[in-house]
Amino acid sequence: MAVVTKETTFLGYRRENGRVGVRSFVIVLPLDDLSNAAAEAVAHNIKGVLAIAHPYGRLQFGADLELHFRTLIGAGCNPNVAAVVVIGIEESWTKKVVDGIATTGKPVTGFGIEGHGDHDTIMRASKVAREYVQWASEKQREACPVAELWVSTKCGESDTTSGCGSNPTVGNAFDKLHPLGSTLCFGETTEITGGEHIVAARCANDEVRKRFMFMFDRYQEVINRHKTSDLSDSQPTKGNIAGGLTTIEEKALGNIQKIGKMCTVDGVIDKAEMPTHPGLWFMDSSSAAAEMVTLCAASGFAVHLFPTGQGNVIGNPILPVIKICANPRTVRLMSEHIDVDTTGLLQREINLDQAGDKLLECMLRTANGRLTAAEALGHREFVLTRLYESA
Amino acid sequence: MIHFVLHDAADTVAVVVVEGVTAGTAMTGWIMDADRMVGVEARQDIPIGHKVALKDMAQGDTVIKYGIDMGRVVAPIRKGEHAHVHNIKTKRW
Repeated sequence: MAVVTKETTFLGYRRENGRVGVRSFVIVLPLDDLSNAAAEAVAHNIKGVLAIAHPYGRLQFGADLELHFRTLIGAGCNPNVAAVVVIGIEESWTKKVVDGIATTGKPVTGFGIEGHGDHDTIMRASKVAREYVQWASEKQREACPVAELWVSTKCGESDTTSGCGSNPTVGNAFDKLHPLGSTLCFGETTEITGGEHIVAARCANDEVRKRFMFMFDRYQEVINRHKTSDLSDSQPTKGNIAGGLTTIEEKALGNIQKIGKMCTVDGVIDKAEMPTHPGLWFMDSSSAAAEMVTLCAASGFAVHLFPTGQGNVIGNPILPVIKICANPRTVRLMSEHIDVDTTGLLQREINLDQAGDKLLECMLRTANGRLTAAEALGHREFVLTRLYESA
Repeated sequence: MIHFVLHDAADTVAVVVVEGVTAGTAMTGWIMDADRMVGVEARQDIPIGHKVALKDMAQGDTVIKYGIDMGRVVAPIRKGEHAHVHNIKTKRW
């Protein structure tokens, strides 16, 4: 019997705007590097509150600044977040983030440090955080259709077993979710190099195809403008090469196994933009794991499928990351990081359909509240993508 | 036991999926798309995850994996040898 059908439900938190989350975090979000200390102090004072520190937010401008705001606002809007306290060095940019998050209808309050100092800001923000965390602790999970679970994917520390085993497992799961009307996402623009024609052929129509190729070519221009070599020290990475991957083309052909055999690419978004309808979305994004997963969190995805070959250990503070691995050596040496073992696939002990179901079962359990390996291990990598230097 | 897997019957390289393959190992391979078995003898030690050549290839030849172009041969490779960055390079960048 199929693991997911139209009737399949999971237990999620329905937010004010109708979106469904699988966690119920109260976060303290610093607008900028200077506000990390106050944010962390609030999270220290009030139990069950999570500070999400990061190193940026000052003197950014243009598209880079827009991306900064979009990522922070998106993280606050994510349905895995129940309520948000925003702290920034000054009030106007802080208010911009607060206003962005407030469009969801969830509780959010901002504090500017200038003119108050850390002590006064921490005290006032802690009072609000205490109210939020008690309020959020009474929220109940309810049964929601599986199609309302937004699922993103990105692989990392890939090796050849990723392309043979763990990535096709995600592809099989996507092939089963897509017809149900799920909202799905993949990206990693440079890691499609050598397989871009395959993704282009899968685009649902010419408009989507044109937008995909625009994003692909734009990223190739970035590489060509800045490269000092053929990138053979960066793509594939040293870890990829140690794992047996030889060229970017080989890595890309393995990478795109994640979009399955049947899914169409139904839309294209820029970094940290939010999908506007169900289907499989391509997001222009870095291929660095923490950057890409953070962008998925900012785009509103509630659970993330992360195949690995050599053993990437990544997690995210608001987006649960499920690790899938088909490399028996990695599963043996790094078992505490692996949620779904698909090594049987490469010994023909299970077939792809069974591997996909095994992943979907784990995804539903994670959505219902089971902690992923990365959550249990405390991996909370939150990494903002920068486009260029500050002013 | 399956020692290596390949995606497409046309692939000229395949992935070793077990530890301990040494020169002289008689390997059994699985063509995943065709669900068919094939055999090759390893001419060199090949680590898990690394590729074995399934045919002789000359400099300049295109390497096929997933039935698709994955790069070019930069040093001659014999069937059964380790195929990796020392004899295959990208055609991009």
